[in-house]
Order: sequence, then structure tokens, then C-alpha cells
Amino acid sequence: MDGSALLALLQQAAPGATIDAAPSVDVHTTIYVSRDHVIEVARALRDAPELRFSFLAELTAVDVWPREPRFEVVYVLVSIEHRLRLRMKVRLHGEDAHVATVSGIWPAANWLEREVWDLFGIVFDGHPDPRRLLMPEDWEGFPLRKDSPVQIRRPPHVAEPLQVTAEEFRQNVERDRLSRSEM
Amino acid sequence: MPQLRTETMTVNMGPQHPSTHGVLRLVLTLDGETVLSASPTIGYLHTGIEKTSEQKKWQQVIPLVERMDYLSAQSNSMAFCMSVEKLLGVDVVVPERVKNIRVLLAELQRINSHLVWLGTHGMELGAVSVMLYCFRERELLLNINEMIAGFRLFPSYMRVGGLREDLPRGFHEAVRAFLDRFAGKLNEYEDLLTKNEIYLKRTQGVGIISKEDAVAYSLLGPIARSAGVDYDVRKVFPYLGYETYDFNVPTQTAGDVYARYLVRVAEMRESMKICRQALDRITPTGKWAIDDPRITPPPKDRVYTEMEALIQHFLIYSQGFMVPAGEAYVPVEGPRGEQGFSVFSDGTNRPWRIKSRAPSLLACQALERMIVGGLIADVIAVIGSIDVVMGDVDR
Amino acid sequence: MGLESEYEIPVLTTTVEKMVQWARRSSIWPVTFGLACCAIEMMAMSCSRYDIARFGAEVFRGSPRQSDLMIVAGRLSRKMAPALRRIYDQMPEPKWVISMGACASIGGVFDNYAIVQGVDQVVPVDVYVPGCPPRPESLIYGIVQLQQKISRQHLA
Repeated sequence: MDGSALLALLQQAAPGATIDAAPSVDVHTTIYVSRDHVIEVARALRDAPELRFSFLAELTAVDVWPREPRFEVVYVLVSIEHRLRLRMKVRLHGEDAHVATVSGIWPAANWLEREVWDLFGIVFDGHPDPRRLLMPEDWEGFPLRKDSPVQIRRPPHVAEPLQVTAEEFRQNVERDRLSRSEM
Repeated sequence: MPQLRTETMTVNMGPQHPSTHGVLRLVLTLDGETVLSASPTIGYLHTGIEKTSEQKKWQQVIPLVERMDYLSAQSNSMAFCMSVEKLLGVDVVVPERVKNIRVLLAELQRINSHLVWLGTHGMELGAVSVMLYCFRERELLLNINEMIAGFRLFPSYMRVGGLREDLPRGFHEAVRAFLDRFAGKLNEYEDLLTKNEIYLKRTQGVGIISKEDAVAYSLLGPIARSAGVDYDVRKVFPYLGYETYDFNVPTQTAGDVYARYLVRVAEMRESMKICRQALDRITPTGKWAIDDPRITPPPKDRVYTEMEALIQHFLIYSQGFMVPAGEAYVPVEGPRGEQGFSVFSDGTNRPWRIKSRAPSLLACQALERMIVGGLIADVIAVIGSIDVVMGDVDR
Repeated sequence: MGLESEYEIPVLTTTVEKMVQWARRSSIWPVTFGLACCAIEMMAMSCSRYDIARFGAEVFRGSPRQSDLMIVAGRLSRKMAPALRRIYDQMPEPKWVISMGACASIGGVFDNYAIVQGVDQVVPVDVYVPGCPPRPESLIYGIVQLQQKISRQHLA
């Protein structure tokens, strides 16, 4: 089925959502969804029997600084049964860059959303594990934003901080020794 | 009799480990030998290729993206070139011969990658000689790479708009010699493992992933095909004329390590079939790129004698070509599953953003599902079977 | 041998020195530290076409405490730098480091926020092998150069 039929089906399955079509040069149909309707549209895409987009192939973001709205979160979905591909985009402004998480609908989105948070700083509300994925845990800044530098000249950290303090270590050893003597 | 104390033990399979296929860190919680939980930590090979590519011109990105998934280098660069060609709008005028050569090189790359997988997977389970045999076959493939572009691992032979230069003399004979030899050798290597009692005991029923989990975690590759999901980009969304080739897509239903082994070995045989068909269609000389003067540099003998060719060569290599604004993503079946590059352009001669769909990243995410509940020795077998390449995971 | 600093007359240890140098350079056992694409060429070097075992590097030890040589093969990211230093510190003396490839030597093609521009910011390097990735023959040449360097190291 072609793009307009897909759009009509989707609008039927998710009646409250505002969905705009966009031109695309490749095999994907491209739609823009507003931030508030992401969960509703995602659930309709996965569950509607004519759509069945059960695979989330890609979840990424683009930074178009200094233009606003600054971020565009891009979801690429695949439906194997009906041989369809869809690209869903959500526009976000730079100041309040957050969107609901879809990891409850497609579990594959867990790490993909962590990566987008790590590299862009877009918050995914309701994400079960919002930590950095690729950069070190103590990294500051979001590297793939356009106002973040490519090259930095800083010597690398080579010493890792101790996981426990010296006092805690001594207490652990003492406690272990006492519990072994009870055996 | 004293009470046996049971408590869980936390073990760190650190980033430097002989069997983690690169720098993957697993923190395992063990109860005896049973794995209770596993948390993978990645990012130890993060290279920032996507940020670096935004500073380079379109043709300069090709060596960078080849180094992402370093075992399927030519699949990577082919996927990137196809996405850029889609944006330029020239993908319909790419010559037939170029498409056939791209198919041949992609399938040879698939055999190459599966040989490395088989070698390292066998070595970790104890069959050390399998590694030596597989790398020996791989040397013949690297000879072919060296013949076409002068470099073993990363030939950078694919360009936007075609290939870098024409095929060398002796290419057909070399590929045919490899294909004739490899079929018999693959039978020998299968004899070593497929019905081997030790191998069966170590891999059957280990690291099982169900069909629903494969769909939910978007695995889309040999892992999903071993669980019964019949999806191959070459069949469902064909590209480069794959619909005209005669080949099957092997699937299994068990979803364990042994099923993945069978799927990949069968894929190697199917790739050989495709290679033979592609080789018959390729003429020894002919067109190797599209005729567009903005994208394809002129041949060197004209550059040295004609002024217009010199100017064209200079413009292409100093300033590059402009790509219209927009985005494109052409999915390609790599050795690990669906690969592709989401390419975003803003109309200039540099990319605005490149995102590589990394099948190994999603396989790492699903790793926890596969090893929880098993023994610690099975962790090695499972990591080997999902065929992660950390360059692809971390980019 | 840690005794060398105690001897003040080096002449006594000349023949012993030659024997120790021969023993050290003929059986350098590397620790597996393959990071990225150069690791594939390192594996190819240890396989049957460019056999490294004939130069003495018979096995790649998994544990750093049992090895002499660390071949840093691949690009070192900032997150991995502490782990590299820790593995280097765990190796017993005498130990050597070969920085294999352009990324380990100088940062390679990746001059950006994530890659350490040269492994010698973290560990002291003895031999630098250029290439991206270097051919197995280049790496073997690097190991031969290291062997010659070891044969020049004095005990006293």
C-alpha cells in the first residue's frame, strides 16, 4: 500500500493524534507526530491489524541548531507481515527536550533511548534506566550536539576512583572474618 | 554437619578478556555456576565516528564508516553509498555492472565475516584448529581485496556513484578459484563441528531466545532467523537486483546457539551460490561508475592531458559534490542483520548527521535474556554465537 | 633480573647478559589486548600464513600477570584508558609495549573527543607500528625490532 493509504489507516487507528505527512525519497513513508501523541500513535502502529509495525529498526535524533525546533527524534519502524517501512519523527524544542519513552511498547528502545540521552541530552520520560551508554559515567556534556566541540585536548583519566573507602574495606574484612569463625 | 553457606558472587568479565570479542564488560551475579543476572556495559570503543563524519566531505566519510563494523567493511560502505545515492537521486542510473559487482563483493564480505565468526567461536569452545583453518580461507578473500584496491581489510572500493576504478585483470579467475576451493573446505569444517558430540552438548539448548523476544528486541538477522522469524532484507525489501538471483534464506526454529551455527553455515553456502551467479553476469571490463561529471572523477590519463578534466578532478577532490537536503535510509542485509545509514543532509558538501543502524547493539541488549539462568561456561558460547563486533556497537 | 643495580662492575655479567637477552627476546608472550580492527590483523598474524610462533610469541596469554608484551591493537577510547593502565600495571617486569596501528600511535583518523590521541599518553611505548591496520608483515617487523631492542638492553 502506498503512503496516503497508510496514513489514512493510521489516522483511523489513532483518532486523537495530529499526524502530518512529509515527502521522502526512499522506501520509507515519513510522518510527523506531535510530542503528546507519541504513545498513542506508537501503540496503534504496533497493534492495529493492518499495520503491525512490530519491529523498531532505528531510534535516533538530529540536532538542527541554531534553527528551532532544535531536535528531531526519528523512529524507523518495519512491518514484516505487510512489507511496510515507516519513519516517524517528533520535533522538540531545545529548552524542554523531553518525550515519552516507547520502551514499554518496543523493548528494543531501551538502549537506543539511552544512547540518544547520552549523546544529545533528550530526556525520555518514564525510561526504566536513564544512564549514559557510550560515554564514561562521569562525562559532562552531550557530544553530538552541534554546539559541542569535536576535538578536545585534555589528557585522559587513567586512575579510577576506589569503589569503597579504606574504612569500609577494613570493616568488610572484619565482618567476613567474624562470620567465618562462626562456621 | 556444618551448614553450607550460599551467597551470590559478583564476577566482572572485564573489558579486557580473551573471549568477549572486543571490549565488552559483563558484570555477572552468580549463584554457584548459575548466572542470576548480567549487566553489559559498552562504550569502551566509542570512537565518535558520527561526529567526525560531520566535518568531512561525503567521499571522505567512506573510510570512516568502513571502520565501524570492521568485519563487514564493504557492506558498511555500500550501505552508506546507497543512501547518499538515494538522496542525490542517481540510484536509478547506477549501471547494471556496478550493481552486480556490489552484490558479489557484499556476498564475499559476508563469507569473510562468517569465517571470522566461525573461527573465533570454535576457538573459544575449544576447537582451536577451526580458527586456523578459517583464517587460512580468509587469506584468499583478503588477497582478492588486495587485488581490487590494494588493501586487505578496508579497501574503500565503493564510492558514491559506483566504484573507485575498474576490476583488475585476473579477478574472475581468482574469485572462481576461491569458490571452487571453498565448497569442499566448508564441508570439511562442518565435519569437525556439526555432528561433534562435545559441540552438540555445549551448544544445544544453550542461550535460547524465543521468537517473541527476537521480535521485541528487534534482532533482525541470523539470530532472529534462528528463532523462526523469516526476515531477510534481500527478500523482503530487495535492492541491487537481489530479486533476480536464485537463493534461499535459511531459518531454524530452536533459537539456541546450535541453531545460529547452522543458520550461518547455511548462509555461507547460499552466499557462494549468489557469488557464482553474480560472477557470470560481470564482464571483465566495462562501466564502473555513473557518468555524472559532478560526482565521478575522470580517468587519470585524461586528467594529465586535458584542462577540463584537470579542473573537474580538482573540484571533486577539493570541494566535493553537493547533496540535496533531506534524509534517506536504505536498509541492507549485512552479515549481522539489517544494516543501513540514516543520512541527513542540509544541501552542502558535508553530511549533517549520519546514524548507523547497529545490529550488534541490539544483540548486546538481548544478551541478558539469553544468558540468565544458564551456566557461566555457556556465557562464552552465547557471546560467540551472537557475533557482536564492538566497533559496530560503540561506533 | 633485579640484581643488576647491585653490581658495580658490569664485566662480570657479560656472558650472562647475552644469555638473558637471548632468553628474553626469544619467547615474548603477548597479552590479548585487541581493541578494534587491528586485533583482526593481529589474529591473522598469529595464524598459519604469517605464523608468529616461529618468532617466539607462541601463545597469547589471557592474564596480564603471565605475559611480557602488550600489543595495544586498536583505538583507545577515553573510557577504556583506565583499564589499559590497570592491565599494564598488572604485568610483571620486564615488560614491553608495542603500539600497533595509527590509532594507538597517534590517534589515527579519529581526532575527536572520544579517542586518546596516542597510547603513549597512558603507558610507555617501545615500538610504534604504523598502518591502518598494519599488514601482519609490518607487525612482525615491529616485533623483530623489539627483539633487537631487547638484545641491546643492558642488565647493569
